[in-house]
Amino acid sequence: MSPQVNAPHLEVDVYEKRWLLLSVVLLVLFTLAIGLSSFAYGIQVPSPEQRVNPNTVAQEGPWAQPGLRELAPGKYEAYVLAQIWTFLPNTITVKAGSTVTFYITSKDVQHGFQLEGTNVNLMVLPGQVSKLTATFKQPGEYRFVCHEYCGVGHHTMFGKVVVEP
Amino acid sequence: MKETAYKFEDKIAAWHIGIALVALFLGTWFGPLQALEHAGINLYRFLAPGIQSYYQGLTLHAVLNALVWTTFFITGFFTYIFPRSLKRNLRYPRLSTVALVLMAVGLVMAAIPLLLNLATVLYTFYPPMKAHPLFYIGLTLVVVGSWVVGYNLYFTYGAWRKENPGVRTPFLAFAALITMVMWQIATLGVAAEMLGLLIPWSLGLVQGTDPQLARTFFWFTGHPLVYFWLLPAYVSWYGMMPKQAGGKLFSDSLARLAFWLFLLLSVPLGFHHQYVDPGVPAGWKFIHAVLTYGVAFPSLMTAFTVVASLETGGRARGGKGLFGWIFKLPWGDPSYAAQNLAMILFALGGISGLTNASYNVNLVVHNTTWVSGHLHLTVGTAVTLTFMGITYWLLPKMTGKELWSRKLALAQAWLWFFGMAIMSNGLHLLGLRFAAPRRTMLGAAPYAAAEWTPFLSEAAIGGALLFLSAMFYFINVLATVFASRPLSKPVEMPVAESLTDPKLTPAWLDRWVPWLAGTTVLILLAYGPILVQLISQAQLTSPGFKVW
Repeated sequence: MSPQVNAPHLEVDVYEKRWLLLSVVLLVLFTLAIGLSSFAYGIQVPSPEQRVNPNTVAQEGPWAQPGLRELAPGKYEAYVLAQIWTFLPNTITVKAGSTVTFYITSKDVQHGFQLEGTNVNLMVLPGQVSKLTATFKQPGEYRFVCHEYCGVGHHTMFGKVVVEP
Repeated sequence: MKETAYKFEDKIAAWHIGIALVALFLGTWFGPLQALEHAGINLYRFLAPGIQSYYQGLTLHAVLNALVWTTFFITGFFTYIFPRSLKRNLRYPRLSTVALVLMAVGLVMAAIPLLLNLATVLYTFYPPMKAHPLFYIGLTLVVVGSWVVGYNLYFTYGAWRKENPGVRTPFLAFAALITMVMWQIATLGVAAEMLGLLIPWSLGLVQGTDPQLARTFFWFTGHPLVYFWLLPAYVSWYGMMPKQAGGKLFSDSLARLAFWLFLLLSVPLGFHHQYVDPGVPAGWKFIHAVLTYGVAFPSLMTAFTVVASLETGGRARGGKGLFGWIFKLPWGDPSYAAQNLAMILFALGGISGLTNASYNVNLVVHNTTWVSGHLHLTVGTAVTLTFMGITYWLLPKMTGKELWSRKLALAQAWLWFFGMAIMSNGLHLLGLRFAAPRRTMLGAAPYAAAEWTPFLSEAAIGGALLFLSAMFYFINVLATVFASRPLSKPVEMPVAESLTDPKLTPAWLDRWVPWLAGTTVLILLAYGPILVQLISQAQLTSPGFKVW
């Protein structure tokens, strides 16, 4: 027996070593997967867009006239104003194949915005502008709901994107 | 046959755990109300004007069960096990009294506006929804009181260390200390939110607040909060359950290393709750995503060490073969069975948690009922069912009375297991497939679609089973305390020995300075620059709203 056995040392069982190695490999693979999907395929989470004053945003600037702006054929910006307990506008109509970039802010409390069947999932905060883009390939109705508690009427706050053929 | 060596500590612990149990009991009543509401049966109308809305009930459910039950149980549990682990009384008894009074007074202060419907802001209290100032001040006092519980443990450890130079800290005390230090660091976020933003604003001293900054402070605390809930369960899984199983802790060194890694990595990853926030740059979110994968590592370590430790028990009890040992585990012991079942569901909760934490994958599930399903597997089962299991030995030991009914306790544990498996399955699927929003009165939502119904019903059935399980639990607790027979033989606090001699555990696993320094540096790197930026750009433009 070597003297080292009785000195303090970090002893790791051979099966545990394999388990830990496997854990590291797994976590590295996960990191690569999210890195690849976000930077190579562009599935991005929101980033700071601009600040606004929640007290005046409904009176001046683009959210004073919320709605669609056509930038080019099939390419839109949608300015959406969230307030208790509605989205303005609550119906957005585009043609199939359109790309819509959403710019959303709140004039009162925190809200959420999740657009069914897409990657658009946003927190909507007063003072901040939330931005994400979706392309609507299939015609149909895409429901969007407020998913952050915003008071007693929270569950009535929703709207839809109508995609026409 | 009560022990008397720790009479004072036991009295304090009994107060903490008593308050925790009352909170769990009261909060539990709202669970089935929510589940039934989702299934189209609205019972809230019968509660008015006492409880004025679904959302007031939801706030009470979350505050009582996720915040009060956990925090008070943990401070009580640690007050009970810490002196026994060090074989030494607490250094400053008066400090424990101060802590208890702070926490209890804070709780009452927060309870008043909650019950009067003046703080229906859910347990995340995101501004600019503005609650009554008592709510914020009360919660702050509860947190400060829990700090003071920690201070007494630190002082006691310091005194023990002087009396026992060079000895390895006993594992239970060691793990409890790390948990409380991590909590101390983590709660600096919510302390900054309360003292810097919410309290002055709710008192009218400043006119507005910055919701994005408040959220960032909140989640600085909000994620390590779940580790504050979970680590005491790990204390039991690592340090007690192997003994209950008749085995030994598989590796003393790796158990300690896991706890150090939790200290190091619990805090600097709060942005994984804010992936879809508008005001946080995507790059910072990505950094926190990678760090979140980092903290998954000590949980994966735990999975191995704990299962290997239980295996030593199953084999010592005569279990043979690859899986035969599992059946030899003490499944007839409700304390053991509850915790083992909690562990099994936690494996699933861990997987759904990794999904939540996976950066852009979060776009699919953020704020859907998937998250509620996840939370109920983790804090609602891994933590809560483990704590229930702990009480099955702790209450008899504290009261000197037999557990009133072992069979009822076993039935309780299994009902919780199946009830939660069913409910969380419904919630996970509903969120994943239909993006149903969480924390929402879905039974009254005009957009709720017919195809949601089977999943909502599934969640309601699970919720009903859980409620039944909770009632079994409280009947047993009350009957044990008030109506049970004296213990036939004394109950020992389970303390697992280690398969490896703790003397051979490297000294760097019992030294605080390097780990605390590493923790500080990592937090400064992962949070420092972005916090400076958010604070310097803060705009206190949001006035308060009462929207309930």
